[in-house]
Amino acid sequence: MIALLLRDLRLAIRAGGGFGLGLAFFLIVVVLVPFGVGPDTELLSRIAPGILWVASLLAALLSLDRIFALDYEDGSLALLATSPLPLEGVAMVKAAAHWITTGLPLTLAAPALGFLLSLTPEAYPYLLLSLLIGTPALSMIGTFGAALTVGLRRGGLLLSLLVLPLYVPTLIFGAEAIRRGAEGLDPTGALMLMAGITAGSFALLPFATASVLRINLR
Amino acid sequence: MLRVQNFACARGGVPVLAGVNFEVEAGNALILRGPNGIGKTTLLRSLAGLQPATQGTVEFPDDEGAYASHADGIKTALTVTENLKFWADVHGARLPADILDTFDLSDLRDRLGGTLSAGQKRRLGLARLGVIGRKVLFLDEPTVSLDGFSVKLFANWLQNTHLAAGRIAVIATHIDLGLSAPELDLTPFKAAPDAGGGSDEAFL
Repeated sequence: MIALLLRDLRLAIRAGGGFGLGLAFFLIVVVLVPFGVGPDTELLSRIAPGILWVASLLAALLSLDRIFALDYEDGSLALLATSPLPLEGVAMVKAAAHWITTGLPLTLAAPALGFLLSLTPEAYPYLLLSLLIGTPALSMIGTFGAALTVGLRRGGLLLSLLVLPLYVPTLIFGAEAIRRGAEGLDPTGALMLMAGITAGSFALLPFATASVLRINLR
Repeated sequence: MLRVQNFACARGGVPVLAGVNFEVEAGNALILRGPNGIGKTTLLRSLAGLQPATQGTVEFPDDEGAYASHADGIKTALTVTENLKFWADVHGARLPADILDTFDLSDLRDRLGGTLSAGQKRRLGLARLGVIGRKVLFLDEPTVSLDGFSVKLFANWLQNTHLAAGRIAVIATHIDLGLSAPELDLTPFKAAPDAGGGSDEAFL
């Protein structure tokens, strides 16, 4: 499984578009918002948590369709399915690789972008924490969506339609945690619920992903 | 030892083959013959477990089957050695020292998969079979886009390394590999058009 993780990371680095694209997209979306709503810092700092989270969702979405599509096209997925690796493990590794190439860079870049949106200083720890806890769920749910659409040509749009509604709980609790942090309230509840979503998706979705892959490989 | 009994398989819910029976003893190969569309690929995929059989049983040692098709699973951004190393790691096997020579890949060891020609990719895909060390191989047209020399390389490896070690191969091919292996013509096993039942099959 480690071999698969290393291969996927190496491919993401070599092929480009792994680390860079999602991050650049995140940056652009966040930078565009002040242009759109005007330079009112009070308004910006109020909508910053939501903007940062929505932008992370979209950036995570961008690279989802590559998770299985490339392996499906060149036949490696069928070969992996007959290898000693359980498909559940493959699904989990794929989600982990996606998180390392997308979720982790987003989390690390978010504070700099929070500054652009004049996010209140008290909110920064919760921005980092909520993204750190929440983005793995985005990757795992996205991996499941990618497995659902793996055999389809132009499955990318369908994938977005399937996956975005599933992202709603993470978005709500993620933005809520930052907002509460910014207002000096206790964000523990929101963070715990989000951690629950992440843990739940990693516990259940690898199995769902694997069975969907088995059907799509027929 | 591979035993297939009363085996039936379907493609997209349409039954293609039914009542297939054969046995392959350790150290032997079986060549599947038949016109295009008879169901060679479907049969091999079903035997390898990639899709469920509609009927019948297939017996071979657990976790010892490997499937190889037209798609070689080669990553274009990895070198030849990295590609092979990856499959070796996944199967928990070591890279045999002579594997690159066996498939005439030594000169290409540091080339990226994406820069290989179709035939070179095919050789790399076949070299994977030598790396993973599985006992029962299900090969679907292994010699597509290979030149005569490479076909001989492959046949030599199959005969002298794979089969000589008491392993098994089931090969669907249209050309003569030069193996002394029995052939099975699939034409008599063609399934009756409606034998498999309703149209819901594809959704189950």
